[in-house]
Amino acid sequence: MARNRVSARLGPARILLHLALLVACLVWLLPTLGLLVSSFRPRSQIALSGWWTAFQTPFSFTLKNYQNVLTRANMGRSFLNSLIIAFPATVIPISIASFAAYAFAWMRFKGKEIIFGIVIGLLVVPIQMTVIPVLRLFNVVGLTGTFAGIWLAHTAYGLPFAIYLLRNFIQELPSSMLESAFMDGASHPTVFLRLVLPTSIPAIASLAIYQFMWVWNDLFVALIYLGGTPDVSPMTLTMANMVNSYGGGWEYLTAAAFISMVFPLLVFFTMQKYYVRGILAGSVKE
Amino acid sequence: MRTVILLAVALIGVPAILLGYVKLSEPLSGRNAKRASAVRPWLWLLPTFILVAVFLIYPVIMTIVMSLRSADSSSFVGLANYVAVFTSGSNLVALRNNLLWLVFFTLGTLLFGLLIAVLSDRVRYESVVKSLIFIPMAISFVAAGIIWKFMFEFQPAGETQVGTVNAILTSLVPGFQPKAWLFNTSTNNAALIAVGIWMWTGFAMVILSAAIKSIPVDVIEAAKIDGASELQVFFRITFPLVGPTLGFVATTLMINVLKVFDIVYVMTNGNLGTDVIANRMYKEMFNYNDTGVASAIAVFLLVCIVPVMIVNIKRFRQGGANG
Repeated sequence: MARNRVSARLGPARILLHLALLVACLVWLLPTLGLLVSSFRPRSQIALSGWWTAFQTPFSFTLKNYQNVLTRANMGRSFLNSLIIAFPATVIPISIASFAAYAFAWMRFKGKEIIFGIVIGLLVVPIQMTVIPVLRLFNVVGLTGTFAGIWLAHTAYGLPFAIYLLRNFIQELPSSMLESAFMDGASHPTVFLRLVLPTSIPAIASLAIYQFMWVWNDLFVALIYLGGTPDVSPMTLTMANMVNSYGGGWEYLTAAAFISMVFPLLVFFTMQKYYVRGILAGSVKE
Repeated sequence: MRTVILLAVALIGVPAILLGYVKLSEPLSGRNAKRASAVRPWLWLLPTFILVAVFLIYPVIMTIVMSLRSADSSSFVGLANYVAVFTSGSNLVALRNNLLWLVFFTLGTLLFGLLIAVLSDRVRYESVVKSLIFIPMAISFVAAGIIWKFMFEFQPAGETQVGTVNAILTSLVPGFQPKAWLFNTSTNNAALIAVGIWMWTGFAMVILSAAIKSIPVDVIEAAKIDGASELQVFFRITFPLVGPTLGFVATTLMINVLKVFDIVYVMTNGNLGTDVIANRMYKEMFNYNDTGVASAIAVFLLVCIVPVMIVNIKRFRQGGANG
């Protein structure tokens, strides 16, 4: 890990190094910590004293903010909505991309390279370029403000990158492995489902975490296609609306923000390796 | 109850159908093996084609067409919408702000990312530091916006400062007057950009750290034996060797920053001179119902992103990202 460690002596330079890192850690940790502490403080205290005073006696912590925000401010509903949106919006594009990637990697057909090039080329299209016509289309067919609509949108937006990543991975699989399966009389569907999918799990895991986090944290797509419908709003959208309507209602906002962060933080700490890998691979798309 | 059923159907049913598709579509390719292998690829690609056509290709063409038409798309107006993008006061402010973001967000994120990558490489608790710095990448911009709105809270001078930034500054700097960071037009853009840097430094750090670790130890050791100082090692060896990676991170950050939307939407909603082009587009579309100008802004965004993206994908393919 730390292979450049200079002499272990604690000279002034080393002290400065530790100090700089300490300051960096504080700057990156304090804002989130402040939010967390405040979310457990009673409303009257949040507005009157800094969150850091919460650790002086007498302590006064409460769960009331969470109770209120989950029941009254629609955050409970929104939490479910976020789940209902994010899981299918992760699973559907990856399923479709996996057999498309297989076709691009292991089947022969006319114009393969050109078609693949076009699909990858679509990585450059910012979502902003698509929302007005798609929204009009949704209005015509009645998909605006529905889960089905946002699943389809996230699926399509996620496809080019998912295909790009999975094709690269599937193509690298040893051809001897696939050829011997074909020799034994296995069909393409069998090879794909029994052989290629299971061996692609590492790539699929990184991709799934990346796509899930993307959808979970997304505001823009939800705002456009679900904007006017609180019943189906994910947490990001509900929170954005709360900021506008509650203004300084910190007891609500801090609790709401923390609820929205629990899931991503859990994923981050349990699957850090896959998550970082997914982010790095995804950076080409952003 | 309805929710549970919906979730169950979506989670189990949909992937089952999708993966079953490759089996179920087999009869469609016919019995003749030769014909089947000619038809099968198209069947496997069909869902992709439909989705990509409806959600990406068709909208891009339509948006370009609409950018040349009037606010309600009823008549052809030529380049008038583009003229509006580059002349109307509020759009010019947004363009200026995007430029500010482009320069300061990119430089700031690179600087902090590189600094933390280099410094943490020298201590035993490196992984702890890196985890902490990376956390903001896991949360939404909306949550980060709320976190920092709370950090930037302002009370008039003399009252107890609840916002962390003002509290620290008033207690450390003698005579410091608390500032309304998000309302004061001389600080609000900087405050927003700082939030962006806070979120993305972890990303730059992870990639740069991997690049630094791939520099052979002997190169650095040899330089040190020859009497090179730490700073010389950094500027003569480390910096040139991580250069390509730095370029990749920079272009990635630039693509992101051109599309920046959430932070501004949540923290200031573009008021008081903080608008950026993605937010302008949203307002033109939903507040003013002007699909012409909104589309022109989207096309402008695309035109800005394409060249950076091409450079990026080329670099990525050459393995510059260690990805």
